[in-house]
Amino acid sequence: MSNLAAESPTLADFGTDVWWIIVIKVVGIFALLVALTLFAILFERKVVGRMQQRIGPNRVGPRGGLQSLADGLKLAFKEDIMPALADKPIYFLAPVIAAVPAFLAFSVIPIGPIVSIFGERTPLQLTDLPVGVLIVLACSAMGVYGIVLAGWASGSTYPLLGSLRSAAQMISYEIAMGLSIVAVFLYAGTMSTSGIVEAQESGSEVSAFGLNFDGPGWYAVVLPVSFIIYCIAVVGETNRAPFDLPEAESELVGGFHTEYSSLKFALFYLAEYINMVTVSALAATLFLGGWRAPWPISIWDGANSGWWPVLWFIGKVILGLFVFTWLRATLPRMRYDQFMRFGWKVLVPVALLWILVVATMRVLSREYDFNAGDIALYVGIPVLVLVMAVVWLWPDKAPDPTVKEGVPPTTRGAFPTPPLDLVVPPSPPLIKRDAVAAGKRGGGKRA
Amino acid sequence: MLNPYIPIVGLFALAAAFALFSVAAAPYIGPRRYNKAKVDAYECGIEPVDQPLGGARFPVKYYLTAMLFIIFDIEIIFLYPWAVANDSLGLFGLIEMVLFIGTVFIAYAYVWRRGGLEWD
Repeated sequence: MSNLAAESPTLADFGTDVWWIIVIKVVGIFALLVALTLFAILFERKVVGRMQQRIGPNRVGPRGGLQSLADGLKLAFKEDIMPALADKPIYFLAPVIAAVPAFLAFSVIPIGPIVSIFGERTPLQLTDLPVGVLIVLACSAMGVYGIVLAGWASGSTYPLLGSLRSAAQMISYEIAMGLSIVAVFLYAGTMSTSGIVEAQESGSEVSAFGLNFDGPGWYAVVLPVSFIIYCIAVVGETNRAPFDLPEAESELVGGFHTEYSSLKFALFYLAEYINMVTVSALAATLFLGGWRAPWPISIWDGANSGWWPVLWFIGKVILGLFVFTWLRATLPRMRYDQFMRFGWKVLVPVALLWILVVATMRVLSREYDFNAGDIALYVGIPVLVLVMAVVWLWPDKAPDPTVKEGVPPTTRGAFPTPPLDLVVPPSPPLIKRDAVAAGKRGGGKRA
Repeated sequence: MLNPYIPIVGLFALAAAFALFSVAAAPYIGPRRYNKAKVDAYECGIEPVDQPLGGARFPVKYYLTAMLFIIFDIEIIFLYPWAVANDSLGLFGLIEMVLFIGTVFIAYAYVWRRGGLEWD
């Protein structure tokens, strides 16, 4: 092992592996993703169970540890139904189109530094490219095809509606997600994932109030607005609660996979969970320092060398999965119009403005040579305080006076019953009939 | 030196083999008991309405959203190289990008005012 700096891979370290290292890595990534999916399903059920004062699955295997494996096997032995109206080849291929890009998106995620596998020194990352993050975005865009085609080819109403919703939702939130990571590229100066992890190694020195200290390197801290937008956007992008409108079971039965059963359904399920894992891993890579150890551990010199970083990386991914689960257990599903309005009218303009602010600050501090950290402290914090004060002190919307009227006084704990002297306007057919009857009688005086 | 894309092709092959095997094997592993109700389109308690394949109509809102997506996706595609090369482009690049974002923002404001972002 040479010096620690040499442990971080650069772009030149990729594409030099011998063939059997590539095979090991390919199989390893595949196995890691399947294992993380099995883990994520169990983890989600356990955590949601705990959050709902239940135990969660605890029958299959030790402490329910084999539950998701059992679920998968059970799905395999279920009947595979092909609806009579289905467009057969597309119906057959749609789960494949959904699942394969989900696997591919993980290929550029850095899992660790350069390690030695059977004497070969190689970075713990399948591959990296100058356009690394674009691969992830491209793959997540390909996943939309699987969902749209699944809904379309099922020849059924609910899947079609679900898949259309899903497509609109995914492309809308992909805009917000794509805009949120522009600021990361701006700071890192590269789109390769290993380069972005490298750029987060240490922050710039911040001098505040006469003190000099190392600023944090993580882009979640440096670019908080980007991080928040990214987190919101990927929940919409992966169709997870509270944005799980494509499978809103009260409206659309199961959404795009209503007509799917057996292993075809399992592939959609697999794709959804792999996408969750991938966006968590991408969040870790872009915003949380990648495989580098978080602060208290990073004091230890050996934390960022050898195989240890895999542990920190998996820990960050599981943190992401926990947040997904937490959201699902906490928040009710949004209405579709609210959801689209939020994406297009809030996330997109805020992301664009944030890019402009970040770029302006960066360029000006470079051109006119002042510290960007100082502006952030002396301008950013007052602005933040001002915004928060406005949000908190903003008067609540006055209660609508029309709502209160006509509500009968109810006794405490009773059902809201209509008052006994409730006057109901006559129904239009009744008015008509009465008018006709009055006309027959030779012109009555009824109004 | 190998092409760095080759490992991605390898992962693609493995994932595609797995997925294709799964969908191809599914009909043979599971039981097969024919029932007309099973192959009908799913519906909750009423007779399913057949969905015309290829001729189904859907709200124009989705079409609008897709067009908006293209506008903003192109904007993002322009933003990425600028962001990567920002430090060398400097003030010139910043002003150009502000002009570009402003131009796209006009389209955005137009769509907003015309109600293209409303869902009901």
